[in-house]
Amino acid sequence: MKDFEAVIGLEVHVQLATHSKIFAVSSTKSGAEPNTFTDPVTLALPGCLPVLNKRVLDFAIKLGLATNCKIMRESILARKHYHYPDLPKGYQISQYDKPICLAGHVNVRVGGDVKRIGLTRIHLEEDAGKSVHLDAAPISLVDLNRAGVPLVEIVSEPDIRNAEEAGAYMRQLRQIVRYLDICDGNMEEGSLRCDANVSVRKIGATEFGTKVEIKNLNSFRYVEKAIDYEIERQIGVITSGGTIVQETRLWDDVSGETRSMRSKEYADDYRYFPDPDLLPLIVDDDWIDNVRKTLPELPEQAYRRFTNTYKLDPYIVELLTEEKLVSSYFDQAVSLHNNPTSIANWITTELFGRLNKEGTNLTECPVSPENLAQLVKLIDDGTISGKIAKTVFDEMFETGGSPAHIVETKGLRQVSDSGLIREAINAVITANPEQVQSYKSGKTKVFGFFVGQVMKDTQGKVNPTLLNELLKKTLDS
Amino acid sequence: MAITEETVKKVAKLSCLELNEEELHKMKQQISDILDYVEQLSKIPTEGVKPTSHVHGVTNAFRDDVVKESLPVEKVQKIAPDFRSGSFCVPKIIG
Repeated sequence: MKDFEAVIGLEVHVQLATHSKIFAVSSTKSGAEPNTFTDPVTLALPGCLPVLNKRVLDFAIKLGLATNCKIMRESILARKHYHYPDLPKGYQISQYDKPICLAGHVNVRVGGDVKRIGLTRIHLEEDAGKSVHLDAAPISLVDLNRAGVPLVEIVSEPDIRNAEEAGAYMRQLRQIVRYLDICDGNMEEGSLRCDANVSVRKIGATEFGTKVEIKNLNSFRYVEKAIDYEIERQIGVITSGGTIVQETRLWDDVSGETRSMRSKEYADDYRYFPDPDLLPLIVDDDWIDNVRKTLPELPEQAYRRFTNTYKLDPYIVELLTEEKLVSSYFDQAVSLHNNPTSIANWITTELFGRLNKEGTNLTECPVSPENLAQLVKLIDDGTISGKIAKTVFDEMFETGGSPAHIVETKGLRQVSDSGLIREAINAVITANPEQVQSYKSGKTKVFGFFVGQVMKDTQGKVNPTLLNELLKKTLDS
Repeated sequence: MAITEETVKKVAKLSCLELNEEELHKMKQQISDILDYVEQLSKIPTEGVKPTSHVHGVTNAFRDDVVKESLPVEKVQKIAPDFRSGSFCVPKIIG
């Protein structure tokens, strides 16, 4: 096992979040009744012509720029031929020798290290329809709503060496397309799909082994499990004297194994040629510059900025930069009150915890960044204690109200008046002579009991630092 | 230009066509004739000519990302020989 290394390349299909299809006017929405989003182009009716949706090209250029690709000044749409009922034309419109983007890379964090994974290309293509194979009857049902939904395919270099890197790479791509707002990143609905090319070779070998393609890995977990399984299977075949057959395999999550799907012998003969119905795509500098202006801060940049500027823990930064929505929320809060560490903690523990519990997310969050910043400010300037802040936070989450208002109306302001605190201490001491005795006899552990009692009597409003100080003085005197 | 029977069989398979012996021979002859005809083009000197994929000299025809009305299902189902539960019905295909 340790004499071998795996060589892995991923092809990731990303469904673009346009309103209409790539070459037709029907909607791209999912979940509609079957065949309600079709039109002459989608159905491949004779005499109709495809026209490219300009936003598709904008999105592809945006992705290309975000992944350090070369944007090609001229690219061509090509026909890829195969017969399948969910593909009415008998060919899929894709790109072949002149794709829109070439030669990019993304940096992926694996363990503590950063690994650069090269991108061979990004090209445009159309999705196929969906077929349902019935068990009871010898028929399949075809729904063409998805046919013609725009995709980009991101093809990586064979730079990936194990399942962990593959998973990290795919998560990184999902994060990027979501930051760019070009794909909803919904894995369950197939907005991001992955095929993995896996081969193994003896360590030190320069030639690649025979590769096997694993199709349709539509979750991070499937990608990782399928690759792990496939690497072991291939090493097993080779070490027991067999040879790897070039083939397409499917991941079966129920049995936890990949199984052979079909021989590639014929499937490979796609007879690509330039689609005469679609004109060459010419992209000039102005176009690229205009798209560049729409690029947001990318996850990698946000990660670096949060780490360097705010000196936050890497794990916290990971959580804060997972989504653009979260990083903007954090930025906004910090711009109003400069305590990044505390704000980061409130977001990643209390806020995320509560959102999780309610099964909702930041888009529907009742606590605005302004209010969260104000809450932390109230703690920092001693108006409320950290403990009371949690009560205030709960109230903010319930009502969407501002913390200052809640503190005032509920009378939660922290008591830092030494006189008042002494009064409370004295009352507790008078009421508990036995505990005072045991404290004086050396059982200093009961100190906590006194703190608890005073807090209880004052509804937790007493400044804890001051309380500790005064209590100790009183008891020791 | 001679085309082998194997090639004809392969093309038939790629096109999802079943050919009997007689049809196979006929196709072989016809495809060979077509290829011979097109073969004349290879006599034209093309050195220094840039490969051309489109002859119009026009580029960049786009549409805006605007959704328009789709065809009603009642119309769509009329073009299908078999249409059930809102779907096109085809002989079972195994993925």
